[in-house]
Amino acid sequence: MLRTIPDSHGRFGPYGGRYVPETLMFALRQLTEHYEKAQDDAEFRKQFDYYLRQYVGRPSPLYFAERLTKEAGGARIFLKREDLNHTGAHKINNCIGQALLTRRMGKLRVIAETGAGQHGVATATAAALFNLKCQVYMGEEDVRRQKLNVFKMKALGSEVIAVSSGSRTLRDAINEAMRHWMATVQDTHYIIGSVVGPHPFPAMVRDFQSVIGQETREQCREQVGRLPDVVVACVGGGSNSAGMFFPFVGDQSVELVGVEAGGRSARGGDHAATLSHGKPGVLHGAFSYVLQGADGQTADVHSVSAGLDYPGVGPEHSYWKDSGRVQYTSVGDTEALEGFALCSRLEGILPALETAHAVVAGMRVAKNRSHEDVVVICFSGRGDKDCFEVARLQGQQIE
Amino acid sequence: MPNPIDTLFSKFRAVKRKAFIPFVPAGDPDLATTAQLVRALAKSGAALVEIGFPYSDPIADGAVIQASYTRALARGLRIDDIFRQIGPLAAELSIPLVAMASFSLVHHRGAERFIEQASNAGFSGAIVPDLPIDEAGELGRLAAARDFKLIHLVTPTTPPERAAQIARSSTGFLYVVSVTGITGERAQLPPEIIQQLDWLRGQASVPLCVGFGISKPEHVHMLRDHADGIIVGSALVRRLEQAGSKPEPRDIDAIADLGKELVDALNG
Repeated sequence: MLRTIPDSHGRFGPYGGRYVPETLMFALRQLTEHYEKAQDDAEFRKQFDYYLRQYVGRPSPLYFAERLTKEAGGARIFLKREDLNHTGAHKINNCIGQALLTRRMGKLRVIAETGAGQHGVATATAAALFNLKCQVYMGEEDVRRQKLNVFKMKALGSEVIAVSSGSRTLRDAINEAMRHWMATVQDTHYIIGSVVGPHPFPAMVRDFQSVIGQETREQCREQVGRLPDVVVACVGGGSNSAGMFFPFVGDQSVELVGVEAGGRSARGGDHAATLSHGKPGVLHGAFSYVLQGADGQTADVHSVSAGLDYPGVGPEHSYWKDSGRVQYTSVGDTEALEGFALCSRLEGILPALETAHAVVAGMRVAKNRSHEDVVVICFSGRGDKDCFEVARLQGQQIE
Repeated sequence: MPNPIDTLFSKFRAVKRKAFIPFVPAGDPDLATTAQLVRALAKSGAALVEIGFPYSDPIADGAVIQASYTRALARGLRIDDIFRQIGPLAAELSIPLVAMASFSLVHHRGAERFIEQASNAGFSGAIVPDLPIDEAGELGRLAAARDFKLIHLVTPTTPPERAAQIARSSTGFLYVVSVTGITGERAQLPPEIIQQLDWLRGQASVPLCVGFGISKPEHVHMLRDHADGIIVGSALVRRLEQAGSKPEPRDIDAIADLGKELVDALNG
């Protein structure tokens, strides 16, 4: 049964595990122990639920998107509105969980990596809330492109560290955060932002994000009287999709569709569709699908969406792909930008560019189905952060 | 034929000599320079040389070594070239070579093929810094079948029971990491390292070699009575970096001189 994984070694079938320097093994064991105890502790769950409800603003609505439905001309489309969470995306769910766990472990400091800055802002927010010192590692390139989020993190009391090594993007921000963690592991917790990295991170982040899928089940039953027929979510590292899919994995009647970044083309370096074009390999502490070049060096990737611009993917997604439980597809830059525009005009909701990938794929799926069918799209985040980039691509400049 | 690493340490043990083990990243700025460096360091008295296989995402390495890897990869360095151009130095100089390679590289080639090719090229063993013993079962078996050494690491955060287990699993020697953190020079080494080495001595049948953070004779003096060898990386690589894209003979000599200084501190 898919629900019993990972095993005690953090394996999802052959995927996952811990491919990290020995220095980190102690912290990973400590984290696993604390997390397992916290899971069984009613008080911990109560605290987590409390902050999700009162601080994050959960449950997020499941909204019937009437005009998108009409536009697609098939199945009814519902949006799970993670964009309405505090800080504007699903990332905060995981950060609240891991910040509570940090306090439980008696650590007073957290670090995080961030690409576009969403996870960085969510971590800085949780750090402020729980009075933890916080440092966020961000690629030099991304610091330049995401000035607004850099400002927010600083305003929230966090320090932003620009990473100038390697590709100067998310991949190197993760490398740098892991290195820093190796030197500070005694008093610092590393809040990874996705279902990637060594065990227990993939399972733990998925669990904290599973509130998305659990709420969707209940809300769909309430509103439609049954479970959805298809659930669609975008996949970079894969945290919003893992949180959405996991509670549905045992429901064979529910089709699950993951959407990767098709970028400019299917040529190497032009996309970030790890599951569609990659092969099993090792990156950032886990065995999973990865986009690699010669000799096993990590490949360069591209997507218009910074949050999907990652050459790896969570190990559980690799497992779901091989077992056929989830279908993975991709949506390119141009279509995603069209989806951004369409969703904004028809529904009055600016999607994050990551989310726009899921919207496009969800509409494709809906088109070929009857009006009786129900398609739920995980609306992972709002598009404010992307306005600068979208404007730039349209030849405009916003100050 | 016995593995050259075993031969080296039994010889050294008999004459109470300690091993100076420099780390040289391959292909920075090119493999010809790497070969010159290995020759110069052998002349300085290096007992064994660790060759760094450049990887795009080396999480255990500090800024100096990562920057070196980035430079080498930007120039298109391939693993086959390392095998072809560096491997033969083992026979030429009668010095064992050990590959320091991230698991991503080993896995991509296939563990069996990697070991076979490395071994045929002249390498006597490998250190895979992101492969903890929990994940190393298969690679360990494949290596043992060819008497190719798989050297494991013990760190200050490793609990005693686990450290003992690692000490038993490691072949060739045990790599004792002196500091909590990544590779790179440190002003001082933590004094607890001495206790850990003395304790590990009772647990391990293989020689103990200490690395991470070592750059000066004072460090060597502190460690030499408690270890069988010392590993020095970033301090050498930094000098290589300063030499730029076209190191002169005097740059190679300067690195060899630092090597000599450390060898003297170790066995003086």
